[in-house]
Amino acid sequence: MATRNALRALGEHVIEAGLLLAALSSIAITTAILYVLLSESVGFFRVVSLVDFLTDTMWTPLFADARFGILPLLCGTLVSSGVGLAVAVPLGLTSALYLSEFAHPRTREIVKPFLELLAGVPTVVYGYFALLFVTPLLQRWLFPDMPGFNVLSPGLVIGVMIIPYVSSLSEDAMRAVPMELREAAFAMGATRLQVAARVVLPAALSGVAAAFALGMSRAVGETMVVAIAAGQQPNLTLDPRQPAATITAYIVQVALGDLPHGSLGYLSIFAAGLTLMLLTLGFNVAGWLLRRRFREAY
Amino acid sequence: MARSVAAPDLEALRRGIRRRRLGDRLFALFGWACMTAALLVLAALLVDLAIDGLPHLRWDFFTSFPSRKPERAGILSAWVGSLAVMGVTAAAAIPLGVAAAVYLEEYGPKNWITDAIEISVTNLAGVPSIVFGLLALGFLVYVLDLGRNVLTGGLTLAMLVLPIVIVATREAVRAVPFGIREAAFALGATKWQTIWHHVLPYSMGGIATGVIIALARAIGETAPLITIGALTYIAFLPTSPVQAEWPFLSFQWLDDPFTVMPIQTFNWISRPGDDFQGNAAAAGLVLMGMTLVMNGAAIWLRYRLRKRVRW
Repeated sequence: MATRNALRALGEHVIEAGLLLAALSSIAITTAILYVLLSESVGFFRVVSLVDFLTDTMWTPLFADARFGILPLLCGTLVSSGVGLAVAVPLGLTSALYLSEFAHPRTREIVKPFLELLAGVPTVVYGYFALLFVTPLLQRWLFPDMPGFNVLSPGLVIGVMIIPYVSSLSEDAMRAVPMELREAAFAMGATRLQVAARVVLPAALSGVAAAFALGMSRAVGETMVVAIAAGQQPNLTLDPRQPAATITAYIVQVALGDLPHGSLGYLSIFAAGLTLMLLTLGFNVAGWLLRRRFREAY
Repeated sequence: MARSVAAPDLEALRRGIRRRRLGDRLFALFGWACMTAALLVLAALLVDLAIDGLPHLRWDFFTSFPSRKPERAGILSAWVGSLAVMGVTAAAAIPLGVAAAVYLEEYGPKNWITDAIEISVTNLAGVPSIVFGLLALGFLVYVLDLGRNVLTGGLTLAMLVLPIVIVATREAVRAVPFGIREAAFALGATKWQTIWHHVLPYSMGGIATGVIIALARAIGETAPLITIGALTYIAFLPTSPVQAEWPFLSFQWLDDPFTVMPIQTFNWISRPGDDFQGNAAAAGLVLMGMTLVMNGAAIWLRYRLRKRVRW
């Protein structure tokens, strides 16, 4: 009996250690990501100075006169995700207000899964849609002179893709607003719209802002839609009707070729990846801080 | 005040109320329209794919290798590759994710190690998928020297979806009432016996939902596999895991080069000219079908669980 208990206690410890090891794998993956990005970027920045990287306005890594200014790629990334956010914020926020304050609970139950499906569509399919459906549509009705590759159409499609991120996080924040606040406003004779706009929205504001930040982070990291439909041509412009490359599209473009391990081109995708990682990390941390604030409010 | 309070102008009041109620209804309509617009985009996407792709979706399409001739090109190596890669992803992500989640929910003491694990899981969930591709290229391919094969592809996607499995499992485990655990402890069960015989079985539905959603995400991922060079012309299948000779089982397929559905689709989209667009649409349609079925299964499972389980 005593030995059996001792064995059992030992088994418990072994299992706990195994589970801890599994949990530590997430730290291992995070560390591996940081290690790879940093170590290869160090190799890159030995050749290209950080000042050039941040201020040069040309990104021509595969030309004879290679120049490595991240600005054109950063610009493409921010314009495409800016267009995306311009679509996702109004649509996502209105949908969230509607679902949380107006819709019948049963409508909400039915519609929400369909909205979430928008985030589940494979991005390569969205790329096809942007290139062969949205762009021709825009060319026919709005901008006849727009080139076949442009930032506008993938940006719009990215916007649709991140609607569920924006709407479901915003809705969570709105539903966390205590019922008493609404009841007080209704008792004063406010309509549902007044309650939604002047009571619920202000009370849920930091959660809604967090939803925007996380949506932005998704948009910045989106790869296939822009790689397919935006043209993969680094272009320092704020005009979304022009073709341009994003940081993510550049990584795909280089990965498609067969660059030798350790070459400057190979190293450059890790420097680009590090920039991307810092960018999304910034938005994620902002979102996380905002979200924590709204959780503590009530 | 010298004058008594004037009787309120009832007509003006009523007008105000009518105006506000109209605004209320207009906004409800507008909100409904916004939501419908988003769903209409989804419908447009499906219809567009179907129009372009359905004519190509014949039986041959599933049983042919890619080819230079669009009418003969098919997705055999792509769907078999997807299946093989998903196998590796599931085998790695499910046990690892469930174990990590159980540790965080049931064991994890309040200390800096637990905090660090929680932060890294939250952080990993927000890392763009292409960065996992860089991790695969720089670490799995060049540091661990695993090669550009099914195993590397599967592990890459497993790392990508690990946070999804962990978060879903944690929610499912947390939903099991504490009384169940106390009852098991009262009968002398050890912690692990309690978890293995009670907590895990009762949270199986929630875990399965999370796993399906994770695999649906993994099967549609393109970017992280492009960086490890999966965009090559693959006109053969991985080695069969079942062999005619002793020892009958072979793990050679793990080491074989591969392509997957989204990569084959991307390959056809990015061909110059529009010869292969129909093939791309057909492959996209099959891919959409796979993800829709998986997401549908997850929604159905979640719906059933919410209806049945009442603690």
